[in-house]
Amino acid sequence: MTTPPGGEPVGDVPVVSNDDVVRVRQIVRSAADSAGFSLVDQTKIVTAAGELARNTLVHGGGGTAVIERSVNDRRKAGLRIVFTDRGPGIPDVEQALTDGWSTGNGLGLGLSGARRLVDEFTLESAVGEGTTVTVVKWIR
Amino acid sequence: MSGESGGTAETHMSDLLRSRRDAVLGRWVELVTEGTRGRITEREVRTELTELYDLVERALGDDDGTTGGELRAALGDISRNRARQGFSPTETATSVYALKRAVHEQLKESGDERGHAGFIEFSAYIDELGLATFEAYAAAREQVISDQAEQLLELSTPVVKLWDGILALPLVGTLDSARTQVVMETMLQTLADTGSRYAVIDITGVPAVDTEVAQHLLKTVMAARLMGAECVISGIRPQIAYTIAALGIEFGDIVTKASLADALEHALRGSGLRVVGGTDA
Amino acid sequence: MRQIPILKIGELLLVSIQIDLQDQTVVALQEDLAEEIVRTGARGVIIDISAVDIVDSFIGRMFSTIAAMSRLMDAETVVVGMRPAVAITLVELGLSLDGVRTALDLEQGMRLLESSLGER
Repeated sequence: MTTPPGGEPVGDVPVVSNDDVVRVRQIVRSAADSAGFSLVDQTKIVTAAGELARNTLVHGGGGTAVIERSVNDRRKAGLRIVFTDRGPGIPDVEQALTDGWSTGNGLGLGLSGARRLVDEFTLESAVGEGTTVTVVKWIR
Repeated sequence: MSGESGGTAETHMSDLLRSRRDAVLGRWVELVTEGTRGRITEREVRTELTELYDLVERALGDDDGTTGGELRAALGDISRNRARQGFSPTETATSVYALKRAVHEQLKESGDERGHAGFIEFSAYIDELGLATFEAYAAAREQVISDQAEQLLELSTPVVKLWDGILALPLVGTLDSARTQVVMETMLQTLADTGSRYAVIDITGVPAVDTEVAQHLLKTVMAARLMGAECVISGIRPQIAYTIAALGIEFGDIVTKASLADALEHALRGSGLRVVGGTDA
Repeated sequence: MRQIPILKIGELLLVSIQIDLQDQTVVALQEDLAEEIVRTGARGVIIDISAVDIVDSFIGRMFSTIAAMSRLMDAETVVVGMRPAVAITLVELGLSLDGVRTALDLEQGMRLLESSLGER
């Protein structure tokens, strides 16, 4: 079930430095808090946002994070965050999504982990053009 | 009302409601006051119905249905108020239907042929509104039920202290995904708050477990471990053991015991304690 | 000036993380700790994360790295005070923090270290 875009904007953050990764986390935390997410769900969405922001910076060469409030067709409220970069893109999306960086080798994109923390996860990528990752988490 | 079925019939009805306002509204108030049998004063009824009357009149004359929203909101309010005052949803709906009767009487009296033709549609429209009051009532009751369910949830998932540093979570009844998650989060928080190193999750009173619930249990045990505490699961019935194995869920090195007593013994031992028989002094 | 202070308590080093961790801070902490372990000859490291509300893959790996690094220098590491929400999220992330010992609070962490140091 995909949600229509066009929610209420919360923030549009350039992600070009380590400070920005922290900023994204802080903005998402405050948005999640005021939206009414439970503590555990807040922790999950903020952690996912941090992971994806770092990916955008480290693997995508920098980009942007757009955060907005969203309401789905069942009147549930939530947060949508879109990470975009114009980096090298991901050649094998399937592999990236199953890649286990939890083996601790430091490689891998942490995408599979972030995906488990959110309710909706879409990834679009083209080699040489960039990557867009959209995540949505609803209030339970 | 849909625009296709002749705007003229609706606007005719709207005109009629306007031109015969005193007569129709008056009759409506009369009928409803009778029906409520003294539980609401005529003045209150008149105030309520006047607002509704105006909205219905506007809604019928409306092309784009904007008044419809206002009308439903007003109906919702009246419905909830009546429910609070102890009226059944039928009584509230009947009050709405009384408008039909009032209008019909007017039409008969005045021999309004055109009005008669449009009456069927009008009648159907009022029927819809009556049902809307029912829905508002049902929604309000649902909210009450859901609130109570939440309270029940809190009552039925106690985390108890078995001993210093040993908690127990006796689960009873069918577990669903949502409930299990809440319970597990509460337990983990209690572990942190009390600094307890052991938690015994007893599922003797749980008749069945599905994949989702088993996964939640598993994740909770892993989370407790990450925090620095250990979970012991006790009271796994044969059926549940079979289900978990059949589902292929790996419980790995999670300690499981047949009974709460065995689990307590395990936890005591792990805490460096022993139960010793004493002599009566 | 260190972002995260490292305190010496007897043979142990105590690190209490109170701030929002930035990647560079994480790297700096690892280096500072390595230095301190050598300088003080500490046998144990306690990392207190009771004030930390987000632990992601980078920070998680930091714990594993610190634990491995300390062991090479004959010191044991314990991470204490992990919040339930953090633990739940780490499990979902799939981060197992291998090689990292944990305890519910400072007191239990110190007891853990003392008993394992006593065994050596």
